[in-house]
This record gives sequence, C-alpha cells and structure tokens, in this order.
Amino acid sequence: MDASLPAHMRPERSFQGFILALQRFWAEQGCVILQPYDMEMGAGTFHPATTLRALGPKPWNAAYVQPSRRPKDGRYGENPNRMQHYYQFQVIMKPSPPNLQELYLKSLAAIGIDSAVHDIRFVEDDWESPTLGAWGLGWECWCDGMEVSQFTYFQQVAGFECAPVAGELTYGLERLAMYVQGVDRVYDLNFNGRDGDQKVTYGDVFLQAEQEYSRHNFEYADTAMLFEQFKMAEAACKKYLDAGWREGGNRKQHLMALPAYDQCIKASHVFNLLDARGVISVTERQSYILRVRELAKACGEAWIHTEAGGAA
Amino acid sequence: MPDLLLELFSEEIPARMQAKAADDLRRLVTDKLVAEGLVYEGAKAFATPRRLALTVHGIPARQPDLKTERRGPKVGAPDAAVQGFLKATGLKSLDEAKIQRDPKGDFYIGLIEKPGRDAIDVLAEILPVIIRTFPWPKSMRWGARSGKPGSLNWVRPLHAITATFGLETEEPDVVKFSVDGIETGQTTYGHRFLAPAPIQVRRFEDYEAKLLDAKVVLDPERRKDAILTDAKQLAFAQGFELVEDQNLLDEVAGLVEWPVVLMGSFEPEFLATPGEVIRATIRNNQKCFVVSDPKTGKFANKFILVANIEASDGGKTIIAGNERVIRARLSDAKFFYETDLKTKLEERLPKFEQIVFHEKLGTQAARIKRIERLAAEIAPLVGADVAKTTRAARLAKTDLLTEVVGEFPEVQGLMGKYYALAQGEDASVAAACEEHYKPQGPADRVPTDPVSVAVALADKIDTLVGFWAIDEKPTGSKDPYALRRAALGVIRLIAENALRLSLMKVAASALAGLSVQPAEASKLPSDLLAFFADRLKVQLREQGARHDLVDAVFALGGQDDLLMIVRRVEALGKFLDSDDGKNLLAGIKRASNILAIEEKKDKRTFDGAPDAALYGLTEEKALAKAIDEVKAEAGAAVAKEDFAAAMSAMAKLRPPVDAFFDKVRVNDDDSRVRENRLKLLNEIRSATRAVADFSKIQD
Repeated sequence: MDASLPAHMRPERSFQGFILALQRFWAEQGCVILQPYDMEMGAGTFHPATTLRALGPKPWNAAYVQPSRRPKDGRYGENPNRMQHYYQFQVIMKPSPPNLQELYLKSLAAIGIDSAVHDIRFVEDDWESPTLGAWGLGWECWCDGMEVSQFTYFQQVAGFECAPVAGELTYGLERLAMYVQGVDRVYDLNFNGRDGDQKVTYGDVFLQAEQEYSRHNFEYADTAMLFEQFKMAEAACKKYLDAGWREGGNRKQHLMALPAYDQCIKASHVFNLLDARGVISVTERQSYILRVRELAKACGEAWIHTEAGGAA
Repeated sequence: MPDLLLELFSEEIPARMQAKAADDLRRLVTDKLVAEGLVYEGAKAFATPRRLALTVHGIPARQPDLKTERRGPKVGAPDAAVQGFLKATGLKSLDEAKIQRDPKGDFYIGLIEKPGRDAIDVLAEILPVIIRTFPWPKSMRWGARSGKPGSLNWVRPLHAITATFGLETEEPDVVKFSVDGIETGQTTYGHRFLAPAPIQVRRFEDYEAKLLDAKVVLDPERRKDAILTDAKQLAFAQGFELVEDQNLLDEVAGLVEWPVVLMGSFEPEFLATPGEVIRATIRNNQKCFVVSDPKTGKFANKFILVANIEASDGGKTIIAGNERVIRARLSDAKFFYETDLKTKLEERLPKFEQIVFHEKLGTQAARIKRIERLAAEIAPLVGADVAKTTRAARLAKTDLLTEVVGEFPEVQGLMGKYYALAQGEDASVAAACEEHYKPQGPADRVPTDPVSVAVALADKIDTLVGFWAIDEKPTGSKDPYALRRAALGVIRLIAENALRLSLMKVAASALAGLSVQPAEASKLPSDLLAFFADRLKVQLREQGARHDLVDAVFALGGQDDLLMIVRRVEALGKFLDSDDGKNLLAGIKRASNILAIEEKKDKRTFDGAPDAALYGLTEEKALAKAIDEVKAEAGAAVAKEDFAAAMSAMAKLRPPVDAFFDKVRVNDDDSRVRENRLKLLNEIRSATRAVADFSKIQD
C-alpha cells in the first residue's frame, strides 16, 4: 500500500480510493486502464475488451471497472450485499504471464490485504459462460474464507480456442471493500473516504437506485417492448455481421465486428430483464441462451477477421 | 541401487483431483519402468495443492541386455530377401548369421543383441511422455506457448520439474529432459507465503525434510492426521467435541500445505436454525468443521477452520474474517429458513405445474398426483391410514421448492419434515416427508412407519414403472435415474417390514396412471418383476448368500409376492445347508437327469400318475407312498406359508429316494415298468416344486 496517500484516498477508508489503488497497480503492470463500457451488461467479461480481445494472437493487457447489471439480484436495497447493479474490476492479460498469481497477490497487498495475516487460498472453480460460448479453468480466490476474486485462464471464447490463452481476474469490488473497511452492509461503505458531513456512503449514491431498479426489474419493465428489443437486437446483430464481410462475403476480412457485438450485449441484457420479470419459461430460457450464444459466436468469428483480432 | 525423485510443481491443483493424480503418477511411471525391464523395489507418490511428487527406490542402474533371434530367408533365397534381412537385423553380411535346419529347409537366423541402456536415459525418455499424456480429468493451456499448437496441457500452469536419479551415497544426476520449455532441475519452492524461496534438493529424503523446513507437509496423510488431532484437541480444550467428517477432512487437507487449525464462533441465536442447515452452511460453503456440546449432543456455536498459514498475529485476523463470512452465511440460512416457514407446504404445489420431471413423463405436479393415488392404494396393504398417506404423498416433495433446499440439496426431505411439523402436520405425515426417500442405499435405514412405507413404495414404484414405460432402463454401468437403487429400496421395504403385496398388481396400477403407455404395456409388469429378481440376486450375492436360489424360486412362475419369495429363498438356503437337503438335492438332480435323457430318447414326457399296479419292488411302493405324503404335507405347509415346515416335509423324501436309486433299475426290460418308473421319478420333481424348481439350483 502506498503510505504517501492522504487518508481519504486510502483503500481501507475509501471506496473510490480502493478502485484507484487497483487501477494504479495494474497500470504499473503495463495494462491499459479503460473506462467502463457504455452499455448494460451482466459482467465485466462481456466488455469487448475481454470477450473480443481474448481472441486472436495479439498481446493485450487491460484493466477496467465495469458496472454489472444482474436484474434478478435486485433486493429493493434490503439485502446487505445483494444488488442488481454492482461493480466488477476486471483485468485481462494475454498471453497470461507466468507470474499472474504473484501479480494478483501483490494487487491484494496494494489494497491493504497483507498475506502475513490473511489466509489467501486458490480454490478450484471452473468458469463457464453459456451465453458467451466461453469456458476456462481457474479458481475462486479466498481471503479468510471469503470469495474475493475469480481467476480464470480462458480456454475458449465465443466458441473459439484462445491461442494464446488470456488470464482473467475479476474482483467483486463492493465485497472486497466491505471487508477492507470492516462494514457488514454494502450501503455503509464509505465512498469518498471523508468524515462527518463530507462523508458520502455507497448508500447515498446507490440505495435509491437499487430500490427503483428492483421495482422496474421485477414489476414494471415493459415486457412487450423487451421481447421486441430482443428480436431487434438479434436481427441487427446478424444484419451488421452480414454487411461487415468485405468484398462481397469472401469471409477473409470483417469491418463491423464491434457494432455487431454491441447488439449481442444488448440482447443478452434484455434477456436478463425478461428473465427477472419471470416471463420466460424453463424451456424457453434454454433457447434464449442459445440464441445469444449464436450471436456471440458469430461476432467472435467476425472479430478474428479484423485487424485487432489478428487477421493478417 | 539408485532412486528416482520426481516433482511436478504447479499452480493450485483442485483438492478433489490430488489423490488420484498421485496414484496415477506412481502407476504410470512404475508400469513403464517394469515394461522397460527396470524392476524397482518400491514407490510412493504424494500430492499437495501445488505439487505432485514421486519417489521410486531401488531401480537398477542399467536395463538388462536383450538378445533376440530373428528368422531370415531360406538359404539360397533371392538377393532382395537377403538384403532386407541384413537391413532388419543390422548384420554386415550373411557370414554373421547362423543357419538353422527345420523340416522346411535351411534358414538364416540373425542374432540381434540389444544392449541395455542406462536407467537414467530410459527415464529421460519415458517421463516427458507421461507428463504430456497425464490423465487429468480436466486440463488447460496457458501462457505464451499456448499460442502454438501442441503446447502442454496440465491441470493448472506447470512451473518446475525436479527429476533426480542416483545412489544414496553419491550426488544424484538430474534426469535431463524438457517439457514445453520447462527444463528439469533440482530446484523447487517452499510454502507460497511462509517460505517462498527456491530450495535445492538432491533426493527424496532431503527433499521431504527441506520441504518440511519450508512449511510444506508433503504427505497428505500426515496433513490429515495433524488436522484431525489438532481439531479434536482444540474442541476438547473448550469442552466440545469435533464432529468428524472424513470427506471434508480429505478436501481440506488438499487445500493447504501447512495446516493451522483455528476455532471461531458465531452468535448462539443461529442455533435456532436446524442443526443440519447449520452444518451444511459451515461445511459446504466455508469448508469448516462443526463441533458439538457433549452435554446436550447438539451443535455448539463454534466452528473449526483450517488455515494455510501461521499468521503473524496468531490467527486473530483470519478467525475474525471467517467469523464474518460464517455469520453472513448463517444469517442467509436463517433468513431462508424463516422465509420458508411463512409459506405452507401445500401452497407450493401449483409451482410444480411448471417444473418438468422428465419430458416424456410430464411435470412434477403430475408425478406428485400419481404418487398420491398409488400411495393411497398401497396404504391399506401395508396397514397405513389412507388419509394420512394421501396427505404425506401430497406434501412429500414440496420442500424441493423451499429456499433452504434450493441452497443445500442434501437436506431435502429433512427440511420437509421440519416444515411439516412446524405447520402442525401429523407426526407420521411429517416423518414421511423425510423417510419416503429411504432407503437411499444398502446401508441406509428402512422406514417402519406405515405411512412412510406407503409413500416410499409409491414414489419408487412410480419412478420404476415410469422409466420402464419410456424405455429408459439401466444398461451396464449407466443408471442415471438410480433405478437399481429404487428397486433395491422396494425389496428392502417389503422384506424388512414383512409386507404382503402383489408387485404385478401395484405395477399395473402405476402403469395405468401414466399418461404415456408403452407399446407392449401388458408385458411391463412381468419385465419389471424380472428386474426385481435380478436386484434380489445381486443383494443376496453381496450378502454372501446363494443367489441361484432366487432363480429356483422364480422358475416356479407366478411369483410376485416379494416377501414370500424372500422367505422361500431363506428356507431353501437353510434346507440345502443340511445333510438331508444336500442329499435330497442330489437325488432330485439324478432323477431329473435320468428323465431328461429318457425324455429325449423317447421324444415324450412322462407326465401323469404312475400305475400302482405296476410297482414290483418295495422301494418303489415306499417312494410312491412318501411322495403322496410329502406332497400333502408340503402343500399344506406352503399354504400356511410355513416354508421351514415344507422343507422338513421335503426332507422325508430323502430315505425313500436314496433307497429307490440303490435298489431299483429304472430302465427295466419291460417297457411298461420302465414308463411307470419314469413317471414316478417325474413325481419326485413335481412334489418338490411345491417349494422351488430344484433343477435351477447349482451344485
């Protein structure tokens, strides 16, 4: 931990200081520090900086915060640690460096988790995203019995083998910060590290939003519109993919993988909203997941035919 | 003789894979050594979260020389054949070959001498192959090399390989090879946090000792012992008892290299949640042990955790952290439990309409209705109250939709019982919610409460008949719906509760309740009965009893009363253990054999009553008399279901049968006498069929 930091920036006092410490640490490891993607998504993995950049031969090191929306996890602000909107901190390094575990442990030290007094463990947890057609092997990382991160070596994304393999780290920011700050309720997190009437809590920032969005997600989200949006996003994704193949579809070079992938993200989020509204039956659920996966796979295929995706 | 030390140092290996991986490593290396003619003295393998290690001692320094002879072409064969032979054997000319004469002519014989290689070279050849093809259940690629085809697959990234070979008295050699860019050497690493520095090792003895100094206990058994001893002591010191849990111990020992056992506590209020839920929470989610209070026999508000470090603050932070998580988890569990209590079990039923049990067998709701109807039919046959049974069958599955069971599937049934009691259900109804799943396996208890029995039978028979109807029967090792277990459950429920019911009738009724009907519906119950017979045989075989007796009883036909079948088998088994039984069996077999031969010869059977007027010998008359008596007596005993008495009656046949075979020649010259005697033999067979078909019994 950086001792020169003013008190209100220290990761154990301030949620924003905590985020900044992580960003700074990973910037020093050569990652580009991106800003959140400007679309609603269920996890940081959906960010094109992970999903798409994990594919293809070109090296890629990035870190970013991604607001993550899980409509079903809304609890009207009444649960101490479950929310429909929370932050993930995502690191992706391709190829995975040989010392990624050590880097991860150092990042914990940078946010005040000292491995001399904390019991840090790598516990088997294989990751799979049916909607992204992706899987990897790795661990959930435990600190004193609490899961604080996911650590994954991507093996396949969008149905394509990762060559080389990327290492992905996902930190659940609120949970980690709660641990470091020693609070039991997420809304009690000190957001800005100040005291007295200058103090802003996580609740000040997000409690009302949790209540409003829970109402929206479970009770009022316009399902007719959402069903329509799903279809539109799906159609648009396919349309952009078709149109993106250069020179009449010889499938050598693609020029619109990113806009097409946005529609895949969109479809995925709309599906999550419909799921939260309880209007998708068990059997339909499977078919929706499959439809999103088909989009993700097609986007992955387009991506590897772009410049950043490694096309010659 | 020299020893091998091999260590594969990697990132954290999943706990559940470690034991098998160590075993595989030992087996693969030693099998290959033996195949290479290197017979070793002993081998042992170990696993920790970060390493697989193997020591093989007493390996010969060199392979034995191999001499093989190769037969070549005939003397005077064309040159092409000769050249081929020289090339294959490595001989310079035919002068170096021997000539061997055999009936087909003279042949060249080449002697190929393959000198044994140094064991270290053999190892350098076989070890990389074993590493590259190691049978991990799941493996992965990583790092820059994964961009190229053919990169190594390992369970998690592999970082270092230590491989040394040599005599105890000398500096060992490194077995030189490389796998995916990793060169073998003598460098390993200690505990990730407590002693991360590189360590130079020579051979297994100093390897194990140096690791111990570097806070790594190599042997999983030692880690387990240490955890168990410390955990027991820690609990005991505070007046508690560790609740032992072998599976958890195995797993936890695979998560640490340096086990440090600590104790934490939680608020006593959480103890109001059922103990099983507390245990499941602490065990499944946190991999911690629970402790009990010996005074009350109930769980105490303590738990035992196993850390991987000796913390500089003595573990205070670690305990506090674990307590926080356990408090949050227990608080969730308590919330789930209390939420569940707010909804009556029957109110959950409509939700089952949306849950598919099996696509061909309909929804859970349909299944529950079937079980309810079948249980009500079975109830009077097992002495259960119909109303209570119906109620129990309706509620028995509802806990599947509760929050607690959603979170911890292993407490299904048990939670049903708690919730049923909490909403004031009858004690038998509540018990059935839990017990209708029983018996789950051969060691599980069989319920005795008639309501539980009725629902348990209905549940299992509905499952069996359903999957039979859609032709999803178990095959070979595949039994995804645990149908064998269900059938064995039915057998034990019936036998251990001494129940009388016709399986065919119950199965037919269950079948009638299904919405799908198989093509040959009428055959299903008897087909299923044969499956029960098989299960019964397997069960008897496992108990060391004679399973051939099941065939002997089933061969009588029309047997679908399992209890009677089991009783007959038991009585028959006892009888055959006695001298009377053995001799009578021998006599009956002899009679059957003679009959079989003569029936074949004459192309006819010898049914029908013998003619008393044709008896010429006393032994014939005595046998005929005995058969009549035994038939009457055994028949009466069987009618009273007293199979022991039937067997005693059967025993009376033995002296006249023995005497008959002693004194009487069956194939008399007078064909009428012969026919009559064969008819008499046939009578023996039919008399004994009152209890079993003795011809199906193996000697």
